[in-house]
Order: sequence, then C-alpha cells, then structure tokens
Amino acid sequence: MRRVAIAGVGMTKFGEEWTRGFRDMLIEAGTRALADCNLHGEEIDAIYVGTMAPGSLVGQEHVGALVADSMGLTPVPATRVEAACASGGVALRTGYMAVASGMHDCVVVGGVEKMTDTPGNEVASALGGAGDQEWELFMGATFPAIYALMARRHMHEYGTTEEQLASVAVKNHSNASKNKHAHFQNEITIETVMGSKYIASPLKLFDCSPITDGAAAAVLMPLEKAKKYTEQPIEIVASAQASDAIALHSRESMSALKSTQVAARKAYEMAKLSPKDIDVVEVHDCFTIAEVMAIEDLGFFKKGEGAKASYEGRTALNSEISVNTSGGLKGCGHPVGATGVKQAVEIVWQLRGKADGRQVKDCEIGMTHNVGGSGATAVVHIMRKA
Amino acid sequence: MPSENLAITWRRIPERYRLAGSYCENCKTSYFPNRKLCPKCRRKGRLASKQFSGRGRIYSFTEVSAGPAGFELETPYLLAIVELEEGPRLTAQIVGATEKDAKIGDEVEMVFRRIMEDSPEGLIHYGYKFRLAKRCAPK
Repeated sequence: MRRVAIAGVGMTKFGEEWTRGFRDMLIEAGTRALADCNLHGEEIDAIYVGTMAPGSLVGQEHVGALVADSMGLTPVPATRVEAACASGGVALRTGYMAVASGMHDCVVVGGVEKMTDTPGNEVASALGGAGDQEWELFMGATFPAIYALMARRHMHEYGTTEEQLASVAVKNHSNASKNKHAHFQNEITIETVMGSKYIASPLKLFDCSPITDGAAAAVLMPLEKAKKYTEQPIEIVASAQASDAIALHSRESMSALKSTQVAARKAYEMAKLSPKDIDVVEVHDCFTIAEVMAIEDLGFFKKGEGAKASYEGRTALNSEISVNTSGGLKGCGHPVGATGVKQAVEIVWQLRGKADGRQVKDCEIGMTHNVGGSGATAVVHIMRKA
Repeated sequence: MPSENLAITWRRIPERYRLAGSYCENCKTSYFPNRKLCPKCRRKGRLASKQFSGRGRIYSFTEVSAGPAGFELETPYLLAIVELEEGPRLTAQIVGATEKDAKIGDEVEMVFRRIMEDSPEGLIHYGYKFRLAKRCAPK
C-alpha cells in the first residue's frame, strides 16, 4: 500500500442555507479544496461523494455523475458512497483505499446534505432509514428515541446524569462559537440545556444536533505527490471501519458502540499509536450521549466515566484531550453526508495550525470518528503532520 | 404520511400479530424478528419457527415527546426495548403507562394493538405492543 496524504481541504459554512442548493454547496466546498492545493482539475482521476438521503430530501439520486458534471470534471469516474450518517467518513475511506492501492493518483472526496428544503417530519422519516425500518421505525422509534434508549442504559449502568450529558452540548457550543463555519456560533449554559423541552427522555432539545445544510471536500494523493502541491500535507496513517446490527435492540450492549471499539482498535494497530498519542479528535456527537460513548469507546476514558470527564472539563479545548474543536455535530451542525468529511477538514486545519481562535496547542496527531445510524457503521481515521 | 406496502405488512403478519420468531437448532439461539440465516452459524445453522410467550422485562425505555409522522395522535408515548423471557430483545411501545410508572426491569406482557394508519383511505397496521404486568395482575 502507498502512503496517502490530504493535500487540500474546503467546506461551506454550515447552517440553514436557504440561498444555496445541493449542487451549489458541493461546488463551493470542492472548489475551495482544489484551490487549497493549487489544483486546476485536470489532475483529478476519481471522485467519491458521501451523501445519505438526497433521493428522499431533494429527489436527487445519481449524485456521483452530478458532482462530476457540476464541477466540470467529466469524464472522471464519480461514485456516491452511502452509509447513513457515516457516508462522509466512508467516502473518505473509499478515497483513501483508491489512492493507497495505486488505482488512482488524485482523488477528490466530498460530503454533502441539503436538509432544509424539506419539512421537518419528512427529514425525520428520511433519517429514520438509517435504523431498522421494519422493526424500529415502524414501531414508533425516532432517532432521538433510539439514542435516548442508550442514554437511559448508560445512566442505569454507570450513574451518568442529565447534567453531565448537558455539559457536552455546552462545551461544543463554546467551541462552535470560535468557528466561523459553524451552524451555531453562540454559547449556552447547563441551564439552557436542562431547561429545554424533552424530545425523547432523558434527551432534550439541546442534547440533539440540528438539521443543517452543508458540504465539505478533501483532495487525497500519494504522500510524495502531495508534497508538490502543498507545504503542509497531512498523512492519513490509519483508516478503519466496522459494522454491527442495524437495530439497537439486536446489539450485545446498548451503552457502548462495539463498531466504534472495533474500528478504533484496528486504527490504533494500523498507526501503531494509542489513545494517549491523540491530541485532537472529532467524534460523532449526533446526541450528547453519543459523544460520551465515543470518548469511552475510543479509549480516552474508562467505560462509564465519559460523562463525568466531560462535566469536569477534561474534553474542553486544550485540556486533557480536545474533543470536537469544530463544535461537533451539535455546534457546527450535522449535514449528514458532509459530517465525516468536515471532521477531516477540521483535523487538517488543526494539524496545520490554522484553526483560528480554537487552535489546539502543539498538536501533531488527530483522529476522526464518524458513526452511521445508531452505531451499525463506525469509521475511524488517524492523521498526522507529514 | 408514511405508508407501508401491503406486501410487507402481509409478510410480517406472523411476527407482528403473534410474536413468531425463529430458533437455531444448531446453536440453540432464539431470534426475534425471524431470521432466514443464523448469524452465529451461518451455513451450518438450522432455523426452525418458534413461538414466543409474549412475556419479558423492560431493558430500556424513553418517553417520545416528538413523534414521527403517523404517530401524532398518540404522542407522547412510551417506547421500550423489551427483553423477551426467551432471550431476544425488541423495540415496542408500552401502553397504559407513563414514564413515571415504568422502570428498567419491570415485567411486561404483549398485547395486540393498532400501530399506525396510512393516509385516511389506507391500511391500518396492527402489531405487538406491551403493557406492565403489575398493572393487570388480579387484585
């Protein structure tokens, strides 16, 4: 396998972007990523784009070809990758494999979701497809409900409290307030979260990530080639993915994601690193409980201690481990298919020292963690300065 | 409004109406919903039909305050993961109870209920829900 690096990255502002459509956002993110590494376009020999539900949300399928056309890159082969909320992370991994294998020399990876053109309950139904349609959603489960069932188990097994969960949202809003690309750039307090209405108990409105529009992109090349296009290539030193039962009720544990644990173990092995080596991590916090489980399952804290650690500030910017410096899904927003690629964009900015007012000091090694559905897919990447 | 194809509903009747699942004679594991392939034994598995008793315990639960389309009339409702006494777990609503009445470990039993309706002229979908056993014990 060849060593692979990210040469350039770009993203749109995340938010409720009424003036821009699906392809507008893809073009903006893609163009920024190309400009970031001085590419004109002729060099590109494959495109992978992660998007979860454009068919349900905006009636558009066949997104691979749409991207190639919109970017003026036909006849380059262009492929859509779908793994629910992990579509972006799995697209990144697909691009990584294409370059590592020697099949392609310059790959653009994109992620996009256009969510606010669609009424809220239709968005909820479309996202529901990430779970088991016939045996969870049909019975009245929603995604907040599925994560609430996990939160209740975590509270039952480890004594996690609603205030501790709330602290995750407070920290992520604080980070997002320093990120001009973030959906929410306002700080909140524990009281804001605790005073918000229940969506699915014990999860309240401010425990949930929002419905967001956005796109992100990255350019991947063999490491030696990337050095010719950028002074700051970021090497992808591990890429790992795992699957689990699609329905929460069929899993061994509901207070941990086995897929995250397996993907993390493989990623650490591949990079010959351990959790203590990671300086900055973007984890999949679609709900506050998801970040708590992630920081445990990725090995940063012992099982059951993640919520307490968050409450004590041990995951804040420039603390023990800087978690979700972008603001995470909660603060930066969650345009589903874009999220996994946005995580990589944030880590690249951090490792290059270009993360503006939210820069992690002395950071050399970063990680991304992207989850599909309620944990049926997990994908983990580790990156470091080349 | 959500809707479900008639053929899907028809295929799922044994499971949804009376909790018929499957059992692997090779590894002695029970499955609900029905499985056509034993995920533990794969090609060596020997799956047979199995009738579940309908008794179990609450493994986790939530009160859903923001219900999906099609469930507006019954929101808020109690949704649970129920661990059947034969082992498998499933997702189902708990009827006749609020969040205050339920806790993890409570005994529940299956009841047959309307799950949802398609558009006003469409199908009415039926299936299993559960109720707290302590609520229906004779006094």
